[in-house]
Amino acid sequence: MNDQTLFSIFFSAMVVNNFTLAMFLGLCPFMGVSARVETALRMGLANIFVLVLTSFAAWFLNTYVLESVPFLRIISFIIVVASLVQIVEMVVKKISPTLFRQLGIFLPLMTTNCAIFGLAIFQTNRGYGFLQGITFAVGAGLGLTLALVLMASIRESVEFSDVPGIAKGTGLVLIIAGTLSMAFMGFAGLL
Amino acid sequence: MRKTTPSQDFIRGIWKENPVLIQMLGLCPALAVTNTVKNALAMSAATFFVICCSSILISTCKRFIPNEVRISAYILVIATFVTLADMMLQAYAPVQHKELGAFIALIVVNCMILGRQEAFSAKNNVFRSLLDAIGTGIGFTIALVMMGGFREILGTGSFMEISLFGPSFEPWVIMVLPAGGFLTLGFILLFMGYIEQRKKTKLEEAEAVEASS
Repeated sequence: MNDQTLFSIFFSAMVVNNFTLAMFLGLCPFMGVSARVETALRMGLANIFVLVLTSFAAWFLNTYVLESVPFLRIISFIIVVASLVQIVEMVVKKISPTLFRQLGIFLPLMTTNCAIFGLAIFQTNRGYGFLQGITFAVGAGLGLTLALVLMASIRESVEFSDVPGIAKGTGLVLIIAGTLSMAFMGFAGLL
Repeated sequence: MRKTTPSQDFIRGIWKENPVLIQMLGLCPALAVTNTVKNALAMSAATFFVICCSSILISTCKRFIPNEVRISAYILVIATFVTLADMMLQAYAPVQHKELGAFIALIVVNCMILGRQEAFSAKNNVFRSLLDAIGTGIGFTIALVMMGGFREILGTGSFMEISLFGPSFEPWVIMVLPAGGFLTLGFILLFMGYIEQRKKTKLEEAEAVEASS
């Protein structure tokens, strides 16, 4: 067991060690669905949901199943993540077909979203308990959403400005991400 | 799909369709572990091993994998080899294993590997899948070592832990921090965009000259 307080776990996952900007997890959706603020926000919310479920499942597996076979960890985590994403996909399709279309390929791609798998691995490596795991997941999810929405709002404004030809596309997005990441470094002194 | 020769399968992944720099796949490890060249090399070696082995296995077994569950089957194969790579690194290079930490396990979710299986190994024979995997692996290694080199030289003033500039060099600490990863890749892409644009203008100029004469 890890004896960090819940608040420090939450805050650290959200801003200080932001999954996207400080640990480079979940970069695919970060580049892919960050063109519109609204889509980015919804993608973030879907991510929070999957993250919390994953955290719970990983905790359950770690406590009751994998204790004697730690080498099966990677394989069993990826199966859990894949099935969870499938469930979320079905739920989203039923509840909001519009969102389902907007997220498109990035919804099934959540299976290979490093953020979700990474959460399960980090949670295990740090030995978080149940409550700590859930807090970690919510913090990480909020952090992802924050990064996605910030990025999307910057990109929406950049769209109307005249950037040099060579900077069109991913290069510019990465430079913006670098700047955002520098801004988030400012939070490092808080904890 | 256009027919390609075996040598094209091999060359393609190295530069023209470089997984990191052109296709933007596998960005997560490319940015996270490239703060030193050594880490970049260890990461590339592990990824290289995983992509080659899974390509061989999947192209051999493609007839037995039902179409509906192929993605899950590929993921399972990849996860198995990642577990192997993780154990081997732990046994033979414990220092690097500790440094890379969770990012070894995260090779499973590297889109590049799954992408190659789905786009190539599932449709081609063992030999060509292996060539394709080796090409992609080399391309990945080039990109990672290039970024690791930039970041280590600028961030700590040394290359492979050998000091280059002497004690008077003031390291750009930002380059070894996360922000440096984004910036390095961003600048590499900008530079490639610049070359691309210059090529295009030259081509247009040549056409204009031809048209006028």
